[in-house]
Amino acid sequence: MATEQLELPAERRVPGTPGTRRRGHRARRREAVAGWLFTAPAIVALIVFLVVPIIMAAWVSISDWSGIGGPFSSGVHSVGAANYAALLTRPGLAQQQLGLSIRDNLYYVLFVVPLQTVLALLLAIVVSRKALRGRGFFRTAFYFPSVTSSVAVSMIFLFLFADSGVINGALGYLGVHGPNWFSDPNGLLQMIAHGLGIGAPSALTHHGLLGVPWSQWLAGPSVAMCTLIVLAIWTTSGTFMLLFLPALYNISEQIEEAAIVDGAGPWTRFRRITLPLIRPALFLVLTLGLIGTWQVFDQVFLITQGNPVNTTLTPAYLAYQTSFGNAQWGQGAAIAFILFGIIVVFTVVQRLILRERGSLTKALGQSARFRHARGDGGWPQ
Amino acid sequence: MKHSRAFLAAAAISGMLVLVSACGSGGSGSTTSANTKPLTLMFGSSGPAETKAVNSAAAAFTKQSGIHVKVIAASNLSQQLSQGFAAGHPPDVFYLDPGSFQNYAKDNALDPYAASLPNAKDFYPALRQAFTYKGQFICAPKDASTLALYINTTDWSQAGLTSADIPTNWSQLQAVAKKLTTSGRVGLVLDQSHSEMDEFLYQNGGTVVAPNGSVNVDTPQNVAALTFLKGMLTSGTLKFPSAMSSSWSGQAFGENKAAMDIVGNWMVGALQADYPSIKYQVATIPTGPSGTAATLSFTNCWGIPKSSANLTGAVDFVKFLTSPTQQMKFAKGFGVIPSLQTLQGQWDSTFPNLAVHTKELSYAHPDVALPNDSQALSAWDSALAQLATGNPATILQTAQTNLAPLASTTG
Repeated sequence: MATEQLELPAERRVPGTPGTRRRGHRARRREAVAGWLFTAPAIVALIVFLVVPIIMAAWVSISDWSGIGGPFSSGVHSVGAANYAALLTRPGLAQQQLGLSIRDNLYYVLFVVPLQTVLALLLAIVVSRKALRGRGFFRTAFYFPSVTSSVAVSMIFLFLFADSGVINGALGYLGVHGPNWFSDPNGLLQMIAHGLGIGAPSALTHHGLLGVPWSQWLAGPSVAMCTLIVLAIWTTSGTFMLLFLPALYNISEQIEEAAIVDGAGPWTRFRRITLPLIRPALFLVLTLGLIGTWQVFDQVFLITQGNPVNTTLTPAYLAYQTSFGNAQWGQGAAIAFILFGIIVVFTVVQRLILRERGSLTKALGQSARFRHARGDGGWPQ
Repeated sequence: MKHSRAFLAAAAISGMLVLVSACGSGGSGSTTSANTKPLTLMFGSSGPAETKAVNSAAAAFTKQSGIHVKVIAASNLSQQLSQGFAAGHPPDVFYLDPGSFQNYAKDNALDPYAASLPNAKDFYPALRQAFTYKGQFICAPKDASTLALYINTTDWSQAGLTSADIPTNWSQLQAVAKKLTTSGRVGLVLDQSHSEMDEFLYQNGGTVVAPNGSVNVDTPQNVAALTFLKGMLTSGTLKFPSAMSSSWSGQAFGENKAAMDIVGNWMVGALQADYPSIKYQVATIPTGPSGTAATLSFTNCWGIPKSSANLTGAVDFVKFLTSPTQQMKFAKGFGVIPSLQTLQGQWDSTFPNLAVHTKELSYAHPDVALPNDSQALSAWDSALAQLATGNPATILQTAQTNLAPLASTTG
């Protein structure tokens, strides 16, 4: 510290106030050091538990590591892009499984994200109504699935959708013979097409992508996958309802009242006022939903293990299965990185879509200005 | 004050670094002599009976040798083993299934102690074959299982069948399955897996993995065998458990949705525990059209890693575990069939109703196991599940394409 003081150039000292500037400089330096020291445990933890594992996984994905000894030991060699090539370009089982897992997860995302967002918004609107009695109770009730362990929820769904379970019991009461939920590999769209008497043309069965024919890409989520979709919507809507609630509470009553005075009906008010004003929350919910649904693992692991006929396989589960089941650690890590790429692409595309529409950006600005003018948004009691 | 704050922060960081490095090193460096160095045993338990039997075996070994054994009942054995091997500290002795055996043997991670055991030649040939890699017998089979025909005797007599009608070949099997099929019950149930269907391929003179280690599943004999099963499926005399909303064939049999089941001897425990009211008989598995007798055998071995800190102690422990006395204790403790041929008479007289399973061991083929095979096998199982509407030749061609590259790595 003392040497630093001496090094300070003389001409930069302000006459008459000797030391003030120096002291300030010293204090700032000290603060910076203290700041680094205090953040150091967190930084070390991040490096040890985040940066190093990611580097290790990246290395494993381009290596021939067999799972014996550490991945950085001397017997492990780089195989370049061979693991990625086996998954993406070389026809074979690995490529086909990746194709199937992407297909299954894509349908999962396509159904879960919109439905859970709409349901969460609906719940939030209902719960935020001041006229509703026992709002606290409903808020808790709707949020309850989110704070319940996914293992417990999965077990409950196993019982509900069992062949002699509650769902099929209720369906039987209505005279409908319920399907064999967890072992029915038939695709939803495929069954609808079959019901309408449309068969898959040979162009679709003989050509495909990633070793999976187009007819299978277009088959839709299987009956088994539908149960996972329902499960996901049921568990996560509560969480996202909680994200919508403060956004809804932030909308001032004056605006609503002004709209009513202007003669706007409930639907117009929702479309022209509520929706634009909660757009930041909507963006957050969609992004979190997209990322979460692409990473689905625990329900698959607990309920279906990718069965029946690989219709509930997801890249996250496939990465686990390839690594721990098939002992192909390099390929497993490569799948994880491919999944990472898919998530990045989808998130970026979603951002672009939301950005392109001018009204949206305007609304975002509007709501930000509005919040600024109003001060802070509070959680009304 | 400032000094002490900076000091505290520095101390906290250095403390953390010490913790991190301690985690990395994993605490080695004890200098006890090899003979008393403690051992770790990791196993996947089928239930309290097995856990108790393994624990008392370990205690008996400790009493005899002075080597302490830490017994770990794994909740997910293959995953915990992978973690142990990746960290460089696998357990000294562990249960190892034939599929994982292939992976670890390929990577040269196992100690090939089995040939040096005093009773090495006494293990059943099919079990030895399951744990032989590149001609070397590596780890000792701990027990044996085979597939046999389980018959619900109540359904049997209700259908007017007698003990003379017990099927000995495919056509008889088909005929009794037809007689036993009613509106609420199917004649025969089979798990929709290669592990309970491959015996038909062998019975028809076909093969899955040839004795030289190459995959040879796409053959006319195998196509004929699958076509036979497909015929039974489409005629409704054979059903897969999922078609009866059962999780496995034993459940369908136990709930009397099926009158016959071709299944392994693990069925006995399940029937005892979950369906004690079912009356059943175990019959020898029928032979193929040309009279070829074949069944599948299943087993685990006692794996010892090359990197074990107490190799001699571990081998001594396995010697103790595979000794005739201890194997009979396991048999009585939780119903497994001993892996030694000399114990067959003793087992048969203790469990006469299950003697069928040991008798079949002489012509059993080990269930298919190749390095990195789990995805290829589950893809095959998926295809077999669709056998009723699928094309047997295509199913076998795909299986051949997926399995053949794995076998060539065996050399």
